[in-house]
Amino acid sequence: MSVDLSQFIPNFLAESFEGLELMESSLLNLEQGDDETMNAIFRAAHSIKGGAGTFGFDHVTEFTHLVETLLDEMRNGQRAIKQDDVELLLVSVDCMRMLIEAIRDEGDYDKDKIDETYQLLLVALKGKEPDLLPTTNNSTDKSVTSTDGMTEWNISFIPEHHLVQTGNDPLLLFNALAELGELKVEANCNNLPSILDADPQELYLSWNLTLHSKNASEALIREVFEWVEDECELTITQNKPAECDVESANLEEKLTASQPADSNDTANLDESLTVEKVAENTQQEKQVIKAPTKSTSKTKVDAGSIRVGVDKVDSLINLVGELVITQSMLSELGSDFDLSKVERLTSGLEQLLQNTKELQESVMRIRMLPISFAFNRFPRLIHDLGKKTGKDIELVLKGEQTELDKTVMEQISDPLVHLVRNAVDHGIETAEVRAANGKATKGKIVLDAYHQGGNIVIEIKDDGGGINRDAVYNKAVEKGIVDAGTSLTDNQVFELIFEPGFSTAQEISDISGRGVGMDVVKKNIQALGGRIQIDSTPGEGSTFKVNLPLTLAILDGQLVKVGSETYIVPLITIVESLQTKAELINRVSGDMVLYRLREDNVPIIPIYKLFGIASDADADSLEEALLVVVEADGQKVGLLVDDLLAQQQVVIKSLDENYQQVEGISGATILGDGSVAMILDIPGLIELAMQNANHRLSSKTHSPSAEGAMI
Amino acid sequence: MDIQELVSDIPVEGEYSLEGIDFITSGEQYLTFTLAKEQYAVDILCVEEIRSWEKPTIIPNSPSHVCGVINMRGVIVPIIDLRLKFTIGEAVYTETTVVIVLSIEGNERSKTIGFVVDAVSDVLNAEDTDIKNAPAFGGCVPQHFIAGLVNVGDNVVTLLNVEALKQLEPHSSKVRGEQWIKNT
Repeated sequence: MSVDLSQFIPNFLAESFEGLELMESSLLNLEQGDDETMNAIFRAAHSIKGGAGTFGFDHVTEFTHLVETLLDEMRNGQRAIKQDDVELLLVSVDCMRMLIEAIRDEGDYDKDKIDETYQLLLVALKGKEPDLLPTTNNSTDKSVTSTDGMTEWNISFIPEHHLVQTGNDPLLLFNALAELGELKVEANCNNLPSILDADPQELYLSWNLTLHSKNASEALIREVFEWVEDECELTITQNKPAECDVESANLEEKLTASQPADSNDTANLDESLTVEKVAENTQQEKQVIKAPTKSTSKTKVDAGSIRVGVDKVDSLINLVGELVITQSMLSELGSDFDLSKVERLTSGLEQLLQNTKELQESVMRIRMLPISFAFNRFPRLIHDLGKKTGKDIELVLKGEQTELDKTVMEQISDPLVHLVRNAVDHGIETAEVRAANGKATKGKIVLDAYHQGGNIVIEIKDDGGGINRDAVYNKAVEKGIVDAGTSLTDNQVFELIFEPGFSTAQEISDISGRGVGMDVVKKNIQALGGRIQIDSTPGEGSTFKVNLPLTLAILDGQLVKVGSETYIVPLITIVESLQTKAELINRVSGDMVLYRLREDNVPIIPIYKLFGIASDADADSLEEALLVVVEADGQKVGLLVDDLLAQQQVVIKSLDENYQQVEGISGATILGDGSVAMILDIPGLIELAMQNANHRLSSKTHSPSAEGAMI
Repeated sequence: MDIQELVSDIPVEGEYSLEGIDFITSGEQYLTFTLAKEQYAVDILCVEEIRSWEKPTIIPNSPSHVCGVINMRGVIVPIIDLRLKFTIGEAVYTETTVVIVLSIEGNERSKTIGFVVDAVSDVLNAEDTDIKNAPAFGGCVPQHFIAGLVNVGDNVVTLLNVEALKQLEPHSSKVRGEQWIKNT
C-alpha cells in the first residue's frame, strides 16, 4: 500500500503552523490548573509530531517528542506549571516553527539553536527524573528501568481486519517503534485465508514484536499505537533484561559508582549521543525529502492560499445561480425584441446590476480575513518586549473579527509591529515612573480594529506618558526641520515624528517621543492608500490611528474631466467640490493663488498645467471654474478641473506592471467604454506641484520667458 | 466521424503545396516593419499581437515618444512611438500605421509594450550566420538597440534588440520642469 504522501505535505505544513500559533497563544495564557488549555497545547504538539512522523520528517518528530513529553508531564500534574518551563516551551515552539519553515522552503535552519534548545529540554526533563515515572506504574517496571539497562519488551499486535481501511499502516507504526530501540518483527500468517477468499483490502496478519530499548516505557510504546488502540488487540509485556544487557547495565552502574559526584557528565554523554543521532537522522532526511518535493516545486511558486468558510462559497454559488437566470432572461428577451418589451429589458438590466454588485462584494469577501491573523502575533511580542524592557504590560485586543483584505493584512503587519514596539519602548513608562505619577504599575496597550465608512481603522493606544510636545518641537528646530519660533498646532508637532530625520536611536531616549523608522511606517501605510493620525495627551498616553481602505483592488472614485482626458479622484480624499467665486480668489505672496474656503486658504492646482494637457477652460479666468477640494497629509488643495462626471467604483490596475510609476498617478483603470483613465495620487500630486513651484522659482531668475502668472 | 475518415483526412507530407506559409522553416524568424523608408525587424516570438492605431490615454509628463496607455483585454499597456524614440520619420498616422505589441521576457519580469510603426511588412528567416554586425557609423538609432543587420535582396534590415526596447527612460524632473515652464 503505497500512496504518494508528498501531495499532503502542504496541508501538513498549514496545519502545523496553525498548531504552532495555537500553542504559542495558549502558552502565553496558560495558568495553573487550566486543564483545557493544557490539553489543547498537548494536542497541537501531538498532531504535529504525528504528521511529521507520517511524512518522515524525523528531526521534527524527535524534537517535538521532547516538547510533548514535557507537556505531558505538565498535563498529568507531575510538573507544576512554572514560568521557566513556559519560556522554554515558547522557545521550543520557535524552534519547531523554524524546522517546519525549513521543510516548506526546502532551506536550512539554525542548527545550533535547535541543538541548544534540545539540550535544554533534555535537561528540563532529566531534572525531573524522579518524577518521570508516575506512581501509577507498577513496581517491577520501576525496578527494571532503574538499572538503566536495555529492557526487552514483547509486544503482541493483532490488528482487526479492517485496520488499513482507516488509513493506518502497520509499517509506519513499526518504524516509529524502531526509533525507540532495536526492533525485531515477526509476522504471524496463520490466519491468512486462501488467496481466493482473501479480500485485498483486509489485513490478515498479526505480529509479535520484540523491542530492545534503553529508554522505552510502556507508556511510550502505547503512544505509538495510540491511533489504532481501538482497532487491535495489544499486549505489552516486559521481559527480564537480556544477558548482555545486564552486563552493560552493570558496567554502567560501575561507571556511575566510580564517579558518583560526576553524574552530570554521564547525563551529558547520554545527551550528546542522542543529539548525534538527531544530526544523523536529519542528514539522511534531507536526501529523502529532497526527492519528492522537487517534483512539486513547480507548483510551489508561492501562490499563497486562503482558507475560506463554506458559507462564503455558498453565497457565491447562489449569486452565480441568480446571475445565470438573469442572463437567460435577458438573452431570451434579446432574441425577439421589440419596443413593447423595453420595460422588461430595464428591469432585467437592473437585476443584472444588482447581481453584479452582490457578486463583486462576495468575491471581495473571499479575500477578507479577520484581523486576528495580524493581531495574533502581538501577545508574544508584548511578552518578549516586556521581559526585555522590564515593564509589566497588559495587552487588550478588540475587534479581532473585523475583516480585512489579505494583501492589506500582509502589508500592514510590519508597520503595526513597529507601532506596538514603539508603544512599549517609548510610550509606556517604567513601573517606578508610573507609580510616582499615581498610575497603576502595569501598563496597558489596546489594539482595536473597526469599520468606519468604507475604511478600516486600527488603533494602537497606550496609557503611557504621551508625547512630549516641547521635546519634539525643540528637536525639530535643532534638526532644522522647523524654524525656531514657528507656532505649530499639536497635530503638526506630532506629525514631525514622521520626518525621516527623527529616526535615530539617541533622540528617542532624549525625547519621550517615538521615531524609530516612523517615516517608514508612514510610507508603508500611505502605499496602501491609508493614513495615520496621532492623538496624545501628556501623562495619559497616545493613540495612533491607522486608517486603511478595505481593499486594494477597488476604489470609490469621482470622475473628472480635464481637457480631453478623464481622471479619477479617490472619493475618500475629496473634501468638497465647488464652483469658484471671483471674490474669494486671492493672489498672495508674489502670485500664489489661494482660494478662500471659509476660514482656510486653499492653494489651487491647475491639473492641466501640472500634467501638460491642453484644456478647454480659459486659463486666465478662474471665475466660475470647478474646484475639487482634496486633502492629504492634513494639506488641503483645490484641483482645477473642467467638468465633474459620475461617481463610480473603479478597479485599480497597475501602471507599474508594464510601464513605470508616474508621479501624481497611483494607477489606472478601465472605464465603461473600454478606455483607460488615470487615478490621481493626491499626496503625490501635491508634492509634484510643490516641486514644480520650486523649480519655477529657481528657473525664473534664469529665463525671462518663464515670467508671468502661474494661472 | 469515423476514425478511418479522420485518418484519411491527415494530409501526407508534400501532398499540398502550402502557399503562403513556406516561411515556416528552420531558423530564427523575425517580423519586419517599416519606419519611414527603412526596414527593421524584431524576434517574432516576442510579438504578442498587431493592433491598428487607436488614440491612447495620455500619461502625464511622459517623454514625447510615449504616446500613452491602452487597454488590452484588461491589461494596461504603454504605447511607444518608435519613430519618435529613434527620431526617424514623423509621427504621422496613416492607414497602415500599426502598433506591434511585444511581450518581452526579462531577468525580473516580463513586460508588454506596444510600439507604433509605419507598417508591418513580412516575416523574415535568418540564421545566426546571416546576421552581420552593424558598423558604428553614426545614425539616429542608439547602438545598443541594434542586434545586427540582415541582407534581404537589395535591402538591409536592422534587427532590433528587444531586451533593450524594454528599458524605459524614467520621467526626469527636468523634462517636467521645462514642460511646466512652457505651459506657464
